[in-house]
Amino acid sequence: MFQIRIHGRGGQGVVTAAAVLSIAAFLEDKHAQAFPSFGSERMGAPVVSFCRIDTKEIRLREPIVVPDALIVQDVTLFKAVDVFQGLKDTGYLLVNTNQSFGDLHLDAVVAKLPAGHAVTVPATELALKHIGRPVPNAALLGAFAALTGMVRLDSVAKAIREEFPGKIGDANIAAATEAHDAVAARIRTAA
Amino acid sequence: MLKQTEGSYATAEAIALCRPEVVCAYPITPQTHIVEGLGEMVRSGDLKNCEFINVESEFAALSVAIGASAAGARAYTATASQGLLFMAEAVYNAAGLGLPIVMTLGNRAIGAPINIWNDHSDAMSMRDAGWLQLFAESNQDSIDLHIQAFRLAEELSMPVMVCVDGFILTHAVERVDMPDQADVDAFLPPYEPVQVLDPANPISIGAMVGPDAFTEVRFLQHYKETLALRLIPEFAAEFKTRFGRDTGGLLRTYRADDAEMLVVAMGSINGTIKDTIDEMRADGFSIGLVTIVSFRPFPTAALRALLAGRKHVVVIEKSFAVGMGGQLANNVDLALRNTPAAPQVHSVVAGLGGRSITRASLHRVFRRALAQSWEGAHFLDLNEDIIGKELHHVRKVRRSGPTAENLLRRLEQAAQSPAVE
Repeated sequence: MFQIRIHGRGGQGVVTAAAVLSIAAFLEDKHAQAFPSFGSERMGAPVVSFCRIDTKEIRLREPIVVPDALIVQDVTLFKAVDVFQGLKDTGYLLVNTNQSFGDLHLDAVVAKLPAGHAVTVPATELALKHIGRPVPNAALLGAFAALTGMVRLDSVAKAIREEFPGKIGDANIAAATEAHDAVAARIRTAA
Repeated sequence: MLKQTEGSYATAEAIALCRPEVVCAYPITPQTHIVEGLGEMVRSGDLKNCEFINVESEFAALSVAIGASAAGARAYTATASQGLLFMAEAVYNAAGLGLPIVMTLGNRAIGAPINIWNDHSDAMSMRDAGWLQLFAESNQDSIDLHIQAFRLAEELSMPVMVCVDGFILTHAVERVDMPDQADVDAFLPPYEPVQVLDPANPISIGAMVGPDAFTEVRFLQHYKETLALRLIPEFAAEFKTRFGRDTGGLLRTYRADDAEMLVVAMGSINGTIKDTIDEMRADGFSIGLVTIVSFRPFPTAALRALLAGRKHVVVIEKSFAVGMGGQLANNVDLALRNTPAAPQVHSVVAGLGGRSITRASLHRVFRRALAQSWEGAHFLDLNEDIIGKELHHVRKVRRSGPTAENLLRRLEQAAQSPAVE
């Protein structure tokens, strides 16, 4: 079982991101379970959502405490909550920022992870460019596909299309594709 | 058809497949996306011959369902938590009148203190109202039990409540196999009422009954509910034949055959318990699970047959009667009454007000039940530190203040100055 925890702020589409990721996995005949951290979610408040992906039925209902991957939608969360709690030594880290891990003082965290398991992606900039709104989740899911290989970009695109039909879907898919290609290129260069 | 969807919408789709004719709801917290989904389907025309009635309160929601059902319509509503309490009088009326309404309860805690999260306090508050109460383990289970609920309700002319864990299931996006309309139509024939308000053949429903017949009306209500003990397994078997999925009837078991310790639980926690049992089996523990599907009627005989001869029974439940203990544990105790060499029953109260129940905590409590027994209910993961401090404070100070606020302040203090281990 592969477990993903997504950290963001209310209004950034944290819950939708987990749902779309689970649909992408489902489209590849995998079992997937997405659920929010339940609370009275306010705009801007720290929010967490979860996604599990497996090849067999998922029965577990506990929150994800030892994630295989972390997606962080907002860098201001590093000061507000313990984002890295439980992250495996073999885990993946994906952060929405136009800065480097060094700028964010996260080099020590990244050093603990295997090479190529931590990347940054300017998802909000890509969202503004393609969608015209600062909603980073589609771009982050594209980047996640490239980083982990847990789902394919075309499955992410199909899942986005299911959730967002029409032009909004097209724009989100464009953001996801650009983020995917950027991360894939970076991983190729590093390897 | 396989699909990946949110629990509430999956349930809404299953309700639509059952062709309800009246859906009434009060669309405000506490409520789920189920009635929202049904409202959209009625508006879009995907759900035909159905009137969606937006009412002014939960009391009105169930009252409208009562009226619609008495007029011969297949009626459905959904609620949770305080919403169920607000319709309490109508809950008893629907059962007393014998009207086959189906209602989803997206289980949540009841205040005070205010809490919007999941537990089973709401279902337990109405456990004696005369409704059948079925508990879903997964969103697939929710779909399958709702389809059977309409059949059961209408066969017996009794209302059925399907309990689906709020948030944990209602807000989880997971894989479900949505049945075909033709199969649902074949399983669930059109509603043929046993009593109906029909201008062509006028009758009254809801007579005042004095001491001369009240006991007998109640006895027949109880008798009908005991008939459900036979019908629920029958319909589950028929459901399995047609849809290929086994909902278990009154209860179902997991790795129970040779188990010296059996866990008894209801609802979504069964999944986490199964994973824990697999891990404990791998460690050599003789442990299995009984999942209660039908809490009302309670499967006393079936449960006794399963539990007799075991060494330990651990009951895990998400509610308790203040001053008494877990309701499910009490019912399990009753099932074992007068059983020779009855197993030791260990009662665990867990997951109150949305507290996560983890495998780690389940491992600990199952091992503890083997090693040292306890009296009454064990509260899983109880924060004994803040309780000790609060009790000390209450003993010392007369105007000690509101408990909830005091505990929240203590938690905040503990977070700011972590204890030195």
